[in-house]
Amino acid sequence: MESVIERIQRGNFWQFHGGIHPPEQKFLTCTKPIASAQIPEQLIIPIRQHIGQAGDLIVKVGDKVLKGQELSASDTPMSLPIHAPTSGTITAIKSMAIPHPSGLSETCVILTPDGEDTWKQRHICPDFQLLSKAKILEKIANAGISGMGGAGFPTQVKVSTLAKIDYLIINAAECEPYITADDLLIQEHSPTILDGIKIVDHLLNPKNILIGIEDNKTKAIDALKKATADIDHIQVCVIPTKYPSGGEKQLIQILTGQEVPSGVLPSSLGIVMQNVATCFAIADAVINDTPLIKRVVTVSGQALEKPQNVWALIGTPVGFLTSQCGYNNSKNRHLIMGGPMMGFSLPHDQIPVIKSTNCILAPSEIEIASPFSSTSSKEVECIRCGQCADVCPAQLLPQELQWSAKAKDQPQLSKLNLFDCIECGACAYVCPSQIPLVHYYRVAKAEIRQQKLLDIKAEKAKVRFEARKQRLEREKIARAEKHKKAAEARKARMNAGTTAAKSEKSAVADALARVKAKKAQASINANTTDSSTESTAENAMAKNTAENTAEAVTQVDQIDESKSQVANAIARAKAKKLAQKNQAQIDSLDTLQDNESTSSLTSSQAAPVVIDKKAKIAAAIAKAKAKKRQAEPVSNSANTQADHIQASVIEANNVEATTEILKPEVHAKETAIDEKAHQAKDITSSGKINNSAEASENKQQSKPQPASQNDTLNLDRKAKIAAAVAKAKAKKLAEKSQQGSDATSSTIESNQASELTSQANIAANTVANKKARVAAAIAKAKAKKLAASSDKSSTSE
Amino acid sequence: MAFWIASSPHNHQQSETSALMRLVIYAAIPGIFAQWYFFGWGNLIHILLAVITAIVAEFTVLSLRNKKITTQLFDGSAILTAVLLGISLPALAPWWITIIGSFFAIVVVKQLYGGLGHNPFNPAMAAYVMLLISFPLQMTQWQPPLSLLAMDIQLTDTLAVIFTGYTPQGYSVEQIRTHIDGFTMATPLDTVKTNITLGLTVVESMQAPTIGKHFGVGWEWINAGFLLGGIFLLFKKAIQWTTPFSFLLSLFICSFIGFIISPDSSTSTMFHWFTGATMLGAFFILTDPVSGATSVKGRLIFGALAGLLVYLIRKFGGYPDAIAFAVLLCNMAAPLIDQYTRPRTYGHKLGVKK
Ligand code: SF4
Ligand code: SF4
Repeated sequence: MESVIERIQRGNFWQFHGGIHPPEQKFLTCTKPIASAQIPEQLIIPIRQHIGQAGDLIVKVGDKVLKGQELSASDTPMSLPIHAPTSGTITAIKSMAIPHPSGLSETCVILTPDGEDTWKQRHICPDFQLLSKAKILEKIANAGISGMGGAGFPTQVKVSTLAKIDYLIINAAECEPYITADDLLIQEHSPTILDGIKIVDHLLNPKNILIGIEDNKTKAIDALKKATADIDHIQVCVIPTKYPSGGEKQLIQILTGQEVPSGVLPSSLGIVMQNVATCFAIADAVINDTPLIKRVVTVSGQALEKPQNVWALIGTPVGFLTSQCGYNNSKNRHLIMGGPMMGFSLPHDQIPVIKSTNCILAPSEIEIASPFSSTSSKEVECIRCGQCADVCPAQLLPQELQWSAKAKDQPQLSKLNLFDCIECGACAYVCPSQIPLVHYYRVAKAEIRQQKLLDIKAEKAKVRFEARKQRLEREKIARAEKHKKAAEARKARMNAGTTAAKSEKSAVADALARVKAKKAQASINANTTDSSTESTAENAMAKNTAENTAEAVTQVDQIDESKSQVANAIARAKAKKLAQKNQAQIDSLDTLQDNESTSSLTSSQAAPVVIDKKAKIAAAIAKAKAKKRQAEPVSNSANTQADHIQASVIEANNVEATTEILKPEVHAKETAIDEKAHQAKDITSSGKINNSAEASENKQQSKPQPASQNDTLNLDRKAKIAAAVAKAKAKKLAEKSQQGSDATSSTIESNQASELTSQANIAANTVANKKARVAAAIAKAKAKKLAASSDKSSTSE
Repeated sequence: MAFWIASSPHNHQQSETSALMRLVIYAAIPGIFAQWYFFGWGNLIHILLAVITAIVAEFTVLSLRNKKITTQLFDGSAILTAVLLGISLPALAPWWITIIGSFFAIVVVKQLYGGLGHNPFNPAMAAYVMLLISFPLQMTQWQPPLSLLAMDIQLTDTLAVIFTGYTPQGYSVEQIRTHIDGFTMATPLDTVKTNITLGLTVVESMQAPTIGKHFGVGWEWINAGFLLGGIFLLFKKAIQWTTPFSFLLSLFICSFIGFIISPDSSTSTMFHWFTGATMLGAFFILTDPVSGATSVKGRLIFGALAGLLVYLIRKFGGYPDAIAFAVLLCNMAAPLIDQYTRPRTYGHKLGVKK
């Protein structure tokens, strides 16, 4: 590392590739002192003057502001505040043309000065060493300082780097022709610049400070040498004049021999570069509490009477400066902001000076007859002379870039490292074919950026689309899964092979058994207790006429879903008939079985729907009758029984409403109620016994009916309503009158029935399967309907 | 009041391609003068013919291609091509040779490939080779220097020979080419080549009258003239030093090695430098940017390759001079050379290039 310094002390610098020597033309302005700032009638202050985001405006139209007052506040390091360059009134905040190669417009604060130039309250800090580093950084940030050499990178970001810094390079090269702003600033303000350098030194603690300055600024060199004579680690490096030695990468190469890798900040090499004007602004901000509100601008060119450097307030329209320097209104006006190599033409002269504006060029027509104007292109074909490649400081191949740019060959352009082009213009300067190379590169770069944006957008859209597709796919699968499951469940319910089906079947069997048992009790006294378990129920079935039902169930196993429905219906019908004929009418059942696929299907399935209402009524009547009987004052027990029924119904309804889990129980209870009802009826009339028995049988059998799945809720509700209605009626009737019947027997029956109910409950509870429960609930509903319908049908019979 | 919008950079060194071309044409003047001095009007007539043909051809093609005629027609490249072709042709070749050659150079070699900047081959040399292959007889009828001719030929004689094949006195080209002593004369390179095949040593063949005191009567001066023009161009920075330098160096080294190995059958290095079209090739033809390599390294390789080829063809090939062939071969190699001599972009590590 020491050798670098030794080399520099010997005045032996590295060289960057290429470079040109355009006519310097600095003599126009370099000997005249900087003219002091004048206040124009209006200041146009763009809210964003650097690389990064704009701060948030904190003033509004009509506000009176003082000189140096903040107009916007920054919240992130990459956003910088702007300040009022003088005191006055905010007259507008609107979008105006800003200094930009493509003539962009952006929000600007329009300030009408009051001419008083009244400062805001300032706090002078005579010794910055007393301040903490954070405080200094804050001051730099609050002063809105960005790089004043051209790019406009926020300064506090640069000086707050945590990297270990070997070299702090102060860029005073000012390699562009015509521009002398830094030169003059050094000549007149080297002590302040030195203060600024010291502040940055204090912040970064670099091993060495190198001030790079081209050898054509003798006065400035002397001033710098004098100012830095007593500071050991500051070297004033006088480098040969060659454009573009003031480029950051080029100056680093000249002074340290290092190349900044592509796409990397110099701080990764331990190098930080600051422009002299920036150093001046830092000193002003930290010591004098003066934000960046004015800068030196070279106003030059042979179209001016008195080309000179001026202090210009940020926001001063260019036209104000040129008229201050005696601009003769030639017809074909050409104003350039920046130097002749990298500056850009201005569309009109009301473009404001911003923080990075170092030069306004008003050349006469002979002086700079730009070959690249929009109107007079003298471009001819590239002759592959290679001169452009010889001068390119980035060691690119401008001629190949140019071909690819014309052909819009973006992959080739990136392969040729288009984005390493610093747009210095050296290639276009030398090109004998007068090809506006830099223009082509700018367009190509913009196109590539645009393309990238589009790509990103497209990528995002694609991702979104994919996500949506996936989601839909997932939903579809989920739906299919659900359907499958449902179908399976349905099948399973039909299928005796699975446990679910078994349990369900067992439930059916249970119910059947219960009914039969009850009947048996009613007539002879059967072994009802045994029917609580599956096997016993089946045994009971086998014993009784339920044989046939079992047969029907077996049949269900073998046939598919729809058929099983049919079978169910048939079974139901069979059971009904059997019940009607008081058991054991196998012949007629067989006949029905034979007819299963034809008429019986339609009739038995359609029946519930058609006769629904009537059936309900019938059921209600039946129940009511039962109640009546039960409510007979003759028998207390009957009363109790009725109460019990009521209570259980209410309970059942409540439970049903709240939780599904209890449904089997509820169902069982309801069944019990129904049974009780028809048991009561039994006593009154034998025909009715048949009917109600049949009803309950049907109820059980209808359980597996898969169609019920869809209408679960509906049916549920209907069933409940029906039950409630029936009960209500029953109560009324019970209260009203009584009929001659054997209350005692009915009570006995009722007791038996309740026993059955509890058994059924147990059975139902053993069926822990949820599906079974659901099915049970459904079945219950259906059962009611069927009960009604069968009632009806039997009545009509 | 209109503001003038231009793209940066706003400054330009004010060089122009046409100016560059003109400069090259001017630089050829000393060589052409020497040619005239030693060989008479023949080449001047051919140059004129070639230029006229070239302009007509260029105009025709440009109008067919709907290009801006004024700027491109006078960008000088067509004229330069014609001049170079005219210089290279045998002085007494018939007129149609020039017309065909010039037309071929402009229409086929240059414009059909896309015009200036897009032609892979040097148009003048491509035309020359085409002519040499198509019309070998006419293309090898080299006229000996005037001083060695049996008769005195004037402008009218030359004109007559070129347009009719005979002088007003009725002599044919063959007769003109005949030495006072009665034998047909060739170029020094031809002479040496023939003599070597005849078993004579180089030293012996150097005694031939065509060769004269140095490396061939007239030829050394013509080459000197083109060298002068070349130095002028270098001085004017119109051409790069790299190609001529590496070409001459390469030719020098090759001939030197050859001379060391077999002095009897090899001519001296200076003979190679100052006969034939060596200097013309070095400064006016190989430096044609369009068909050459672009980078410094590429140009060095390009020139060196050309030198090697010239030497090899001169020594072992069937044709006496080799510049045209060597140039065409190098033109073919140029894109490849460019491909492998891409400079390393600033900030890009060596070897990481795709
Ligand atoms: S503008 Fe780009 S390509 Fe041209 S010389 Fe500068 S860096 Fe190289
Ligand atoms: S300087 Fe111009 S003409 Fe020459 S190679 Fe580059 S782009 Fe082509």
